[in-house]
Amino acid sequence: MAFLDNLINGMSLGSIYAVIALGYTLVYGIAKMLNFAHGDVIMVGGYVVFTAMVTANLSPWLSILIGIAACTVLGIVIEKVAYKPLRKASSLSVLITAIGVSYFLQNMALLVFGEKPRTFTSVVNIPKISLFDGKVVIKGETIAAIIVSVVIVVCLSLFVNHTQKGRAMLAVSEDKDAAQLMGINVNSTISLTFAIGSGLAAIAGVLLCSSYPTLTNTTGAMPGIKAFVAAVLGGIGSIPGAMIGGILIGVIEILGRAYISPQLADAIVFAVLILVLIVKPTGILGKKVNEKV
Amino acid sequence: MAMLEIKDLCVNYGVIKALKGISFEVNEGEVIALIGANGAGKTTTLHTITGLINAKSGSIVLEGKDITRTPAHKIVKMGIAHVPEGRRIFQNLTVLDNIRLGAFTRKDKDGIAEDIEKVYKLFPRLSERKTQVAGTLSGGEQQMLAMGRALMSKPRIVVMDEPSMGLSPILVSEIFEIIESIRKQGTTVLLVEQNAKKALSIADRAYVLETGKIVLSGKASDLINDESVKKAYLGE
Repeated sequence: MAFLDNLINGMSLGSIYAVIALGYTLVYGIAKMLNFAHGDVIMVGGYVVFTAMVTANLSPWLSILIGIAACTVLGIVIEKVAYKPLRKASSLSVLITAIGVSYFLQNMALLVFGEKPRTFTSVVNIPKISLFDGKVVIKGETIAAIIVSVVIVVCLSLFVNHTQKGRAMLAVSEDKDAAQLMGINVNSTISLTFAIGSGLAAIAGVLLCSSYPTLTNTTGAMPGIKAFVAAVLGGIGSIPGAMIGGILIGVIEILGRAYISPQLADAIVFAVLILVLIVKPTGILGKKVNEKV
Repeated sequence: MAMLEIKDLCVNYGVIKALKGISFEVNEGEVIALIGANGAGKTTTLHTITGLINAKSGSIVLEGKDITRTPAHKIVKMGIAHVPEGRRIFQNLTVLDNIRLGAFTRKDKDGIAEDIEKVYKLFPRLSERKTQVAGTLSGGEQQMLAMGRALMSKPRIVVMDEPSMGLSPILVSEIFEIIESIRKQGTTVLLVEQNAKKALSIADRAYVLETGKIVLSGKASDLINDESVKKAYLGE
């Protein structure tokens, strides 16, 4: 029963990783860059929702909407200010800039919200489910995380594959010049990608803080990096891959913590990254590049 | 007035001068060939017209409108479609998705559906493979897809960059027949080709580019018999 408990917890955490990984994977797929500030957008989302809900006493739903809006705008601004000027720069410059943005956000949050950790109140009011006479309890937060992540993956897949804007994203991800020749505005498509990814980060922030209520300026950093591992494991650039990778990383982390060593759980997650990079660098659902002359 | 007028166009790549002030014009209904050796500036010329590269100086005027500084994604809607060198089709998308992307700037659903059928009629092989991922097509089929995709924007001018590159002689002839039929449907064609003989045989007029300059121009039927052209580009 303890195993089932751990498995469910892993899936719950993994669902949150999946939502974060979607942000990584979308931005990587379309802008071909790793936005290492993505995890910190989650933290900003957490603080915004916290402030709206606790300080301003707004309803949870309204607070979440404000959080999503704030992160969407933040994502667009980050892209415009920090990444757009580097569109033609080397990927190393972009990576260093992303790390810079990450530290900037963390320290801005420290400045604005102080170093004292805030205790987030869960926004989930789904009743828990007891199984096997209460031996296995599934918390409302767990159910919410899994449902939300599945809904997001389905909606995002439909959006990308079946709408004009989504197909523009696919075209830009493959060939920016050719996309322009179709009449696609590459800059606004990249902007849209950052907007979606960052909006999802806000949702991930709410889910994360509802399950793990301590909110500090580095709350998003570790989950951000683990979600990056999840995106690589699932095949970076692939939407269903982010989901699979996220769930797997969550389960590996929780099972590792329970059965191997609580201290080594994080190390195990990163060992998975190294293994994937050695054995199958394209990840589980990564695309093989078709080349034909 | 010419449909497309290029005046004193200069383009630099860093310190390298790729185009050193070229001028030419394309009239409605014509097929114009740009020929020249590798590095002469043919592709650069096309990229500058469709906005993928910025001109340093000079002007590009389409039907009286200056489009020199217009970004690439706005040029399509103004009536110029570009079939790029190396096809540049979207390899991971299906044939049909590629064709649909060609109509990205259009909103008329019925018209788009009609034009997809027209593209299938022009390229029956694309219709057989419409659900196939484009990366699995043969080189000739990919070229056809790139051409069909360009036609989907309902262009008044199509610029084509090396459409015969890497294709077998039979396919080369097929591609040139298609260019003929595109012209017959009233679309103006600006053609860049290494295969100067074929290009001159279907073009009305031609310009010869050499290291960023136009060194010769005239009726294609005259150029094909010109001694210097024969020697340098026709291998005779």
